[in-house]
Amino acid sequence: MKTILKSLLTIAVLSVVFSSCGNGGSKKGSQGALSGSAAEKVYVAPGEHDEFYAFVSGGFSGQLAVYGLPSGRLFKVIPVFSVDAEKAYGFNEETKPMLNTSHGFIPWDDSHHPDISQTAGELDGRWVFINGNNTPRIAKIDLTTFETTEIIEIPNSAGNHSSSFVTENTEYVVAGTRFSVPYPQRDMPINEYKGNFKGALTFISVDPEDGGMDIKFQIMMPGFNYDLSHPGRGKSHGWFFFTTYNTEEANSLLEVNASQNDKDFIAAINWKKIEEYVNNGGGTKAPTNYAHNVYDEHTHTATSTMKDEILIVNPSDVPGAIYFLPTPKSPHGCDVDPTGEYIIGNGKLAAELTAHSFTKMLAAIEGEKFDGEAYGIPILKYEEILAGAVKQPGLGPLHTEFDGEGNAYTTFFISSEVVKWKLGTWEVVDRKPTYYSVGHLMIPGGNSRKPYGKYVLAMNKITKDRYLPTGPEVTQSAQLYDITGEKMELLLDFPTIGEPHYAAGIPAELIKERSKKIYKLEENKHKFVTKSEAEGKVVRNGNEVHIYMTMIRSHFSPDNIEGVQVGDKVYFHVTNLEQDYDVPHGISMIGANTSELLIMPGQTETFVWEPKQVGVWPFYCTDFCSALHQEMQGYVRVSPKGSDVPITYTLDGDAIGAE
Amino acid sequence: MKLKVFVVALVVAMISSCGSDGKKEEKSTTPKQEQKEVVEVDPMKDKGIGPITSITLAEIDEAMAEEGKAVFTSKCSACHKMSKRFVGPALAGVTERRTPEWIMNMILNPEEMVEKNPIAKQLLAEYLSPMANQSLTEKEARLILEYFRTVKAE
Repeated sequence: MKTILKSLLTIAVLSVVFSSCGNGGSKKGSQGALSGSAAEKVYVAPGEHDEFYAFVSGGFSGQLAVYGLPSGRLFKVIPVFSVDAEKAYGFNEETKPMLNTSHGFIPWDDSHHPDISQTAGELDGRWVFINGNNTPRIAKIDLTTFETTEIIEIPNSAGNHSSSFVTENTEYVVAGTRFSVPYPQRDMPINEYKGNFKGALTFISVDPEDGGMDIKFQIMMPGFNYDLSHPGRGKSHGWFFFTTYNTEEANSLLEVNASQNDKDFIAAINWKKIEEYVNNGGGTKAPTNYAHNVYDEHTHTATSTMKDEILIVNPSDVPGAIYFLPTPKSPHGCDVDPTGEYIIGNGKLAAELTAHSFTKMLAAIEGEKFDGEAYGIPILKYEEILAGAVKQPGLGPLHTEFDGEGNAYTTFFISSEVVKWKLGTWEVVDRKPTYYSVGHLMIPGGNSRKPYGKYVLAMNKITKDRYLPTGPEVTQSAQLYDITGEKMELLLDFPTIGEPHYAAGIPAELIKERSKKIYKLEENKHKFVTKSEAEGKVVRNGNEVHIYMTMIRSHFSPDNIEGVQVGDKVYFHVTNLEQDYDVPHGISMIGANTSELLIMPGQTETFVWEPKQVGVWPFYCTDFCSALHQEMQGYVRVSPKGSDVPITYTLDGDAIGAE
Repeated sequence: MKLKVFVVALVVAMISSCGSDGKKEEKSTTPKQEQKEVVEVDPMKDKGIGPITSITLAEIDEAMAEEGKAVFTSKCSACHKMSKRFVGPALAGVTERRTPEWIMNMILNPEEMVEKNPIAKQLLAEYLSPMANQSLTEKEARLILEYFRTVKAE
């Protein structure tokens, strides 16, 4: 009987295999996905840990998702540029300043390109940086807490897309503008774009100790679109490369008007030379206005500071620091191989994939092999710097990563595939379909000196029929390939949050041992901390009422509060007294015009409640914390405005702090 | 009144507590019998389970006790009062009811204690809220023990 069942099952499985080709009309079929060993390769047994972390951008969700590889399991969504009611990010008083900008509080952005900090060209696992594309910002996430701890706004920029990539020792994280804009911003006719709009490339220094970000200088480039970038490494350390398109400087119908030139440019920036120029007093201090928001781990509170000055560098003032490398057809991704020799321009409308040689670039500069100039910036001769080209690799190349074994992997958006090719010989080794319309791809460390070339993760823009339908809006996805063999093998696909643009992967052991478990109560320096139940209190100050509350399994203290009035502004400053791993508590108040709080052990957070109705109103713990979680609740009595009910606060009928 | 009820309950708990910790030799000779038999554990001999195996007490050190009180207030008082039953048991005179090792192990290793130690299991059955691990150091637990020594049962 069992055997019969088995045979039936086998037949069923086989028929699925045979009948499952043809989705998306791919002539390559979907081989690999269902091969027997694929499941084993991504199976991480219950209780076991994944080998890699993958930080996958959330695109229009504004957030950053943390997955494990190879399992594709989602561990956390780190709120970065968008408010998140689950974690009270942007809702509690402590994190509201994180989303402050020169345009005021902006509750959303479009997060694109995470990049992990590096030391000596290798991933060091300290921070992840990610750019907000829409209202230009760069955020830093601390990888001990997996929380956003700093956001800096980028002035004079728009569509902050060629960001947020770090140099070899995280000296800088860069932010390049996709949309050029008038500099300085002013009221002017749009069609006078040409020559008047500028493209700002911003170099943000990163403090080697605490990661503190500071805009060191901003290069005011010609008004092209600066699309993506990557740093030089090894021999090319000290340089940064940015792809450009719209060198036509069109201001309307760009899909036609910005696709006229046969070649656009990769801008090669010798940032060390500019740094030296700036350190010797070069550059022009210009007035500006941007926000710099920092979250302090000890006060559990963010502060926002407005900055009013920025150092501007004009390319013509630093001769020999900036060159243009002609690159066919609106190059998108700009990728540098682990040795630092090859700079790959992924010309998205080109028939070939272009690789420039750093060595030849230096020689061309030395020999002044120029092909004219653009706005005073020398254009190097294409044939003098070309290392080679991958012929007919596919349609619509976007991005390239490297495995450290001499191979490169490029995504092709139009033909929906990942193509493996060899650096130096430029021959195509393998190609595998993606489902569908792949954008970025990621090999852990694949854009550093030391890639961990075991997997490539391809991130798709479209999934159509790949998952159960969920109405008109369907999930986007990531697909995992094994790249340890000569041929790639598709192992897994899994849904992602928002639209995954770039991702950054890293071996888990570089991070997990340093992951913080609790905040120590004695190190809590929050302005409204309550370090023990005995210190709990309720203080009225005019129409403001400040409740200093504590929580522990499984009660609040105080949990009976009287004397609050309609029209008061009631601040709940709540400290979680737990000092054990993974024991957060939540709190929510009926009618509070905000989210819950989710408070980690040893942490203090604040929400504001403005009671509008007389009555006795309950609050409760929102995170199932113990067997007596359902008992974790309390009441606030709200009296009419002007009532003579005094402020009182108790627990179990006693005043707070009885021994 | 509440206090009296608690003391009675505690005595009952002690008398009826069963289990095998610290009696491994017996366990190996008569394993089956022991599971069913109600074994009385002398709480003043039970050292509990955890990092503390032996403590030698000297005269009470007032400075240590003072420090211990501060740690207790910060990390423990949300659930324990000295004089009355609260979330957990009242603690006045606890050093007259438990060994110093048991007290420190209960502070430092509560998860394993409430799972395996007969007295701790009995307490959990009565109080329902498991003792929280507040991630104290051995030194902090020792300071708290010193503070407990200064607070006698009424």
